[in-house]
Amino acid sequence: MEKITLTIDGKEVTGIAGQTIMEVARENGFHIPHLCYHPKLSKTGACRLCIVRINNTMLKASCTEPVVSDMKVITEDEGIKSIRKWLLGLILMEGDHNCLYCDADGDCQLQAYVKTYEVEQSKEDFPVIEREIDYITSNAIKRNENRCILCGRCVRACKEIQVSNVWGLCERGSSTHLIADDDKKIGESTCVKCGTCVQYCPTGALTFQPVLGKGPNWELKKESSICIYCGVGCKIDFYTNKEGLLVKTMGHEDGPNDGHLCVKGRFGFDFVQSPKRLTKPLIKKEGQFQEVGWNEALDFVAQKLSAAKEQFGPDSIAGLSSAKCTNEENYVMQKFMRSVIGTNNIDHCARL
Amino acid sequence: MTNSIREIPESAGFLVIGSNTTENHPVIGSMIKNEVVNKKKKLIVVDPRKIELAKFADFYFAIKPGTNIAILNGFMHVLIKEGLYNREFVEKRCEGFDELAKTLEKYTPEYVADICGIDNADDIVQAARLMAELKPMALYYSMGITQFMSGVNGVKSTANLQMLLGNMGVAGGGVNPLRGQNNVQGACDMGALPATYPAYIPVASDENKAKFEAAWGTQGMSTKPGLTLMEMMNAAHAGDVKAMYIMGENPVMSDPNQQHVIESLEHLDFLVVQDIFLTETARYADVVFPACAFIEKEGTATNTERRVQPMHRVLKPKDDVKDDWWIIMQIARRMGANWDYEEPKDIFKEIIAVTPSYAGITYKRIEEELIQWPCPTKEHPGTQILHKETFSRGKGLFTAIDYTPPFEETDREYPVILTTGRILEHFHSGTMTRNSKVLDETVPEGFVEMHPNDASNYNISDGELVAVSTRRGSIRIKAKILKRSKPNVVFIPFHFFESCANKLTVDCLDPVCKIPEYKVCSCKIEKISA
Ligand code: SF4
Ligand code: SF4
Ligand code: SF4
Repeated sequence: MEKITLTIDGKEVTGIAGQTIMEVARENGFHIPHLCYHPKLSKTGACRLCIVRINNTMLKASCTEPVVSDMKVITEDEGIKSIRKWLLGLILMEGDHNCLYCDADGDCQLQAYVKTYEVEQSKEDFPVIEREIDYITSNAIKRNENRCILCGRCVRACKEIQVSNVWGLCERGSSTHLIADDDKKIGESTCVKCGTCVQYCPTGALTFQPVLGKGPNWELKKESSICIYCGVGCKIDFYTNKEGLLVKTMGHEDGPNDGHLCVKGRFGFDFVQSPKRLTKPLIKKEGQFQEVGWNEALDFVAQKLSAAKEQFGPDSIAGLSSAKCTNEENYVMQKFMRSVIGTNNIDHCARL
Repeated sequence: MTNSIREIPESAGFLVIGSNTTENHPVIGSMIKNEVVNKKKKLIVVDPRKIELAKFADFYFAIKPGTNIAILNGFMHVLIKEGLYNREFVEKRCEGFDELAKTLEKYTPEYVADICGIDNADDIVQAARLMAELKPMALYYSMGITQFMSGVNGVKSTANLQMLLGNMGVAGGGVNPLRGQNNVQGACDMGALPATYPAYIPVASDENKAKFEAAWGTQGMSTKPGLTLMEMMNAAHAGDVKAMYIMGENPVMSDPNQQHVIESLEHLDFLVVQDIFLTETARYADVVFPACAFIEKEGTATNTERRVQPMHRVLKPKDDVKDDWWIIMQIARRMGANWDYEEPKDIFKEIIAVTPSYAGITYKRIEEELIQWPCPTKEHPGTQILHKETFSRGKGLFTAIDYTPPFEETDREYPVILTTGRILEHFHSGTMTRNSKVLDETVPEGFVEMHPNDASNYNISDGELVAVSTRRGSIRIKAKILKRSKPNVVFIPFHFFESCANKLTVDCLDPVCKIPEYKVCSCKIEKISA
């Protein structure tokens, strides 16, 4: 692979032929503002926010422009700054960007840039085209097109990652808008609710339906774990609110899933906080379950298993472990059956 | 999997057999779809139902359920007859070719097409030629291969094909089984199997027994391989197994022949169940322990590509809800063991001491690195591709395998083939997914999927309640009329207790690995007249 040396903001960096300026910049810790660009998606160069100055003259979209030897890249100067400000101002004018009412508040790329570049809503009377608001047809996805900046990320996410091709941009110019399938409501479309388009939407135009908890984005706590529903083992970031309720999940980009999830990994976890969960040990007394303390239950089980082992031998006892449990738990279970009970009667549902 | 998920872009094409990938392993399904739809890679699909991937396939074979081995033999027959197989790979790295070739002689495309119920025998020839061109081709399979009486042979047949094509040990190739639950791989690795200790070390050996007795500081362990799940149920039924300890499984819902399982559990003197809900199985227990759900736990899980990954505690469990390992340890201590694990990490340290393939893995490393076993030392990067230079046993062994028909063939009384499986929105017995709002609302009830021809034969309309019966039982369930299965083949997902597919299925087992034959049995469909 051919190495290419160039400078970004005066620092010498190297990339590989075929890489874009954006890619090399990111690898070297530079942040170039962008909205339509996402590293997991194909590049369109549509939003123009990522323009950089090349060799002190031309302006190019860094997400599509390939690196060339000895190129000098400036990621921001006064000229670029004012263009970015102007672009952001246009976006604000075209839609309804009131963060107070938006689920993405605090987790919105547009909002972040608007703050960085100190953009304000224009006072001009700009004709705003009312677009679709649909909070009801899908139980997974909420949609408010008045916050859509037509970056097309959802379109590409559904086409290139989920490969369901639900979203499309239709018409042109100021009437461009987003449609599901051949202009259906999202809840009536072929959407399989993987939620990937929401994960990649940079604004609050697409958001998740609330599952259990709610709360402002800046109060949410994030922790990763592994999906339980199949052997792909997708890595998931779980967001919980102050009350400890699950709010949403995002596909982790370093997992085997590369950021993607399916509907089960996205929406399959409210069972954990179901009121039907068992909360106390139970012992059946005269045909009825009764709640008991841990010591009583544990003593009883130990005594019963010891008695069976004594009376009928270790092979009269059998254990079932679980492919939904951790390695550690499976290990302890088989060790228990083998070393404490003294039988190899241990299996799990691998075959099912 | 012999290979890795991140190699999907490196494959020139795919053979997907017995795996409804986009519903059961959707993220991998999407990755394959992306290669095929957006990058024009080749795809061959073999499945009784016209699954989503079939729509994008260059060749789609709608085989009769239970005839995987016949079609795989058919492909191999063509490869050998036309000299398209990878001679160099076969000569250098494999043995048993002559015997295989001999067995394959009779599997002409016409013979196979007849067994599998395929119209166009020539497609088998064309598909085999395409396979030979794909360098490399990855083979993906799932329960559609294994859940048959001939399941083990089905698995061996997939290996035969990939060895013949020279697709083993190369990036983007391999034999890639997709595991149905998140830690099937890990549970097997850890020795939650009747015949093997951790790392698949056989229990039927005095030497191994001595080794583990020393490691665990105990005596009097057994060298007699134990009972498999289905054998346990039979032994309980017969009164030989008196007590059972079930952790996180719901056999009443997930095992075939539900009535038999219930009777077996009722015959037990003592049953302990440890779970998150009062499951259908827990109802038969004498003691039920409330256990942590997976996002309340810490530990590790091993995915289908042998990647060991950390799980973190996302939610704090309620006070009286405990970790599974803690509960087992408390019982062990009361029975005289001196275990004192304080956290999962302590257990993992013991695991790596007795499991050579995990020896180099630590909690710290998996936070930072992508590690797939075998990983024998702390310096070892893990193993992305298995069988790179040699196979575990040295040379790859071809196993000559003949097609055998499924246990239950259709007859006049039960004329329709029933297959069972999962759907996108649900998991297993439904305990988790049916308690999750979006999933439950999306598909709230079970259904029997049937071809429009069958529907009109039985005079059934879409959404109508019908009776489906087998020799073992009968259920009432709504009809869903769809051109997905062939005529005379119906499909029922097994997640719904109100219309439990496993009241119907057979509990005959693969003679070697004892997988129940879920995927196929014979049934009849009746209109319930109002
Ligand atoms: S949720 Fe998934 S399937 Fe539905 S539109 Fe978004 S990306 Fe496409
Ligand atoms: S909905 Fe979101 S991702 Fe899609 S075009 Fe609009 S802003 Fe971009
Ligand atoms: S998110 Fe979907 S594909 Fe990923 S592990 Fe969970 S069930 Fe499997």
